[in-house]
Amino acid sequence: MKRAPILLAILLGTVRVHAAAAPPAAPTAEAKALAAKAFPGGKLRWAADVKSNAPFAFEDPEHPGQLTGFEYEIITGIAQILGVQAELKPVDWDGLIPGLKSGGLYDCAICGVEVTDERAKEVDFSHPYYYTFEQLATRAGEPDLSSLEELRQRRVGTLDQTGAFDLLKAAGVEPLTYDIEDNAYRDCARGRLDAVLLDYPIAMYYAKPNTSLRLNGPPFGHLIYGIAVKKGNSDVTAALNYGLEQLIASGKMREILSRWNLWTETMAQTLNQPAEPAGPPLNYEKYLAQLSKDVTWQDRLDRFWQWRGTLAQATVNTVVISLAAMALAIAVGFGLAVLRVFAARPFQILAMGYIEVVRGTPLLIQMLFIYYGLANLGIKLDAWTAGILGLGLNYAAYEAENYRAGLLSVPRGQMEAARALGMTRRQALRHVIVPQAFRLVLPPLTNDFISLLKDSSLVTMISIMDLTNAYQRMATTYYDYFGTGLAIAIIYLLIGLPFVRLARWAEKRLAVDSRPASQRPGLVHSLPSLGRKPDLTHPV
Amino acid sequence: MISVRDLRKSHGPTPVLQGLSFAVAAGELVSVIGPSGCGKTTMLRCLNCLETPDAGSLAIAGVTLERAPGAALNADFEARAHDLRQRVGMVFQNFNLFAHKTALENVMLAQVVVQGRPPAAARETAVKFLAKVGLGDEFHERYPSQLSGGQQQRAAIARALALNPQVMLYDEPTSALDPEMIDEVLAVMRQLDAEGMTQIVVTHEMRFARDASDFVLYMEKGEIVENTPAAEIFQNPRDERTRRFLKRFL
Repeated sequence: MKRAPILLAILLGTVRVHAAAAPPAAPTAEAKALAAKAFPGGKLRWAADVKSNAPFAFEDPEHPGQLTGFEYEIITGIAQILGVQAELKPVDWDGLIPGLKSGGLYDCAICGVEVTDERAKEVDFSHPYYYTFEQLATRAGEPDLSSLEELRQRRVGTLDQTGAFDLLKAAGVEPLTYDIEDNAYRDCARGRLDAVLLDYPIAMYYAKPNTSLRLNGPPFGHLIYGIAVKKGNSDVTAALNYGLEQLIASGKMREILSRWNLWTETMAQTLNQPAEPAGPPLNYEKYLAQLSKDVTWQDRLDRFWQWRGTLAQATVNTVVISLAAMALAIAVGFGLAVLRVFAARPFQILAMGYIEVVRGTPLLIQMLFIYYGLANLGIKLDAWTAGILGLGLNYAAYEAENYRAGLLSVPRGQMEAARALGMTRRQALRHVIVPQAFRLVLPPLTNDFISLLKDSSLVTMISIMDLTNAYQRMATTYYDYFGTGLAIAIIYLLIGLPFVRLARWAEKRLAVDSRPASQRPGLVHSLPSLGRKPDLTHPV
Repeated sequence: MISVRDLRKSHGPTPVLQGLSFAVAAGELVSVIGPSGCGKTTMLRCLNCLETPDAGSLAIAGVTLERAPGAALNADFEARAHDLRQRVGMVFQNFNLFAHKTALENVMLAQVVVQGRPPAAARETAVKFLAKVGLGDEFHERYPSQLSGGQQQRAAIARALALNPQVMLYDEPTSALDPEMIDEVLAVMRQLDAEGMTQIVVTHEMRFARDASDFVLYMEKGEIVENTPAAEIFQNPRDERTRRFLKRFL
């Protein structure tokens, strides 16, 4: 078993394979040994950003909850050869490499990650599994382009952290970056962009079927995709390489790529295999058929019904993360408020500092800092912990100000009366001040919870499967941003409503002591006060 | 029962109490009168350490508190102040009943929290003292906002009494009340006096001061001008300042 260094493989332009014909159904002894070392749990945990990710690995529009795509077939093929189970960890594109580096969450990332010298410093790569180039797309009516330099001063879109981005920069073009490739092509079709430069497979799946766009210009650059592995994790790299070699040698790779209409001259030459595809591009055709379907509202409803499992799970995740974050926010906020109002000066200043810093910086940055930033310092939190901490600690600052206002609005006399009755400050707070302040802060607290519920959508950035994540996955599976957006918005609304009702109910129950006099039963109405001066006309 | 010597207190640069000394014997009722801003409320609040004296000594119900001018507060002082408050009941001008508790709960709370009595016993005591101030069953479950001013003040007195204080302090207990409710509160205080409670009342009720108190303490500009038996002060004030003050009322 050889592990050719990546650069050597690139130089040779080939991956030499010595294995024999089709792999047997059961893994070989060698595969077993490799798998045992690399994946002791029997699971190959692979990460990818499956949103708008055709033809790599994406939700199968016909079978929601199931994946399809050529990378999906490659990784499951490798897993089969190694006799392990492939398990997807969906991660946002920007988080793929950082997540790999912080380690533990998944074994490898396969998501059209280009092998570059720059990236090879951060992570290790398996043998390349696909060779391709960058493809320009413009609106259908645009004249032919022959070089990237012609695009200077024009609006060109691409994805961040891609080879295309680097090529454009090198050619003096200032690219606009997108998160979702489909959005870039749509913007181009609408006239918001003049051109989009992206990997050839992406262009073929997103630009080519669009009649208002056309592929334009020659191939640019050379792209090599490899599976990214945590630096130094040679057992995983070895196992993946073995799997890839077997997949190629058995001809399976050619079959997969042919089905996806990705079997090219370059690939044939590189792998030393026949130039003609192994069969018709069935999956590509299926994809095109799906795109050209007219979508009715009935279809949309059917889709939601098909996605009910995913949506239910996403809803539960959103609610759980919001409740946990709110509980944290209330606890920390309350502590901060008490410090602000009752503690010694240095503690007041500390609490004030925390509140100002947290309120003055964006929640998203805080969350990314907690998830990725702290990982750099060796504090590795899982996404849920980071998400709850990020949301909770942020909202704590706002809650603290609410509670401070609540504590201050309890009349001073209440504290004095409690102290005069022999209560310590702590007892007075606990039994007299806080219960009264609680009634005052309940309405803003509900408000904040609704707000937090919506802000929880940011956890999708650290790869938590919340409602917003479900929205992105669904919308990019069917390219139906309108219908999906409406539906997900309604779910958010519906989640919030019970909490609003609950708060109204609690407010009513607790408001006994603040009803206006006219609404109270059995009350002695007092006469208008005659002033507070001594009244000596009154008989004693 | 109460002995105060050279009690001093300033709010910032403004002197409020300029060396007060007086004594109250057990069972006496003392009314404190004087013009607004004369320091009578501050004096009363110093007596149970709601405000910390700057200097002077207090001996109330067996607890002694001393502070030399400029001396820092220490834990011992705080502990004694805490001790003192348990033996001294206080009633405020604005009642200050706990707004989130019913009348009964108001009277129970400190018994349970401060004295650690079981709730059932606290409830029994609360019922007893509410009855004593004339608040029967029908008032137990009412919130302060559902009670009239006079009823609130009586509940506040019951709340203080429930802790078995040896001394009761009243800070203008009837000033926030409508005229027809003043009597019901004063009647409670007279009753307590008859039972032998030691009481100090800061008041503007001159008739009450005259008829109910043993001594009347007249204050002006942070000083005690005179401390005279009630019968005497209204008939024949010793000091010219007292005479001038009382003239406006009688």
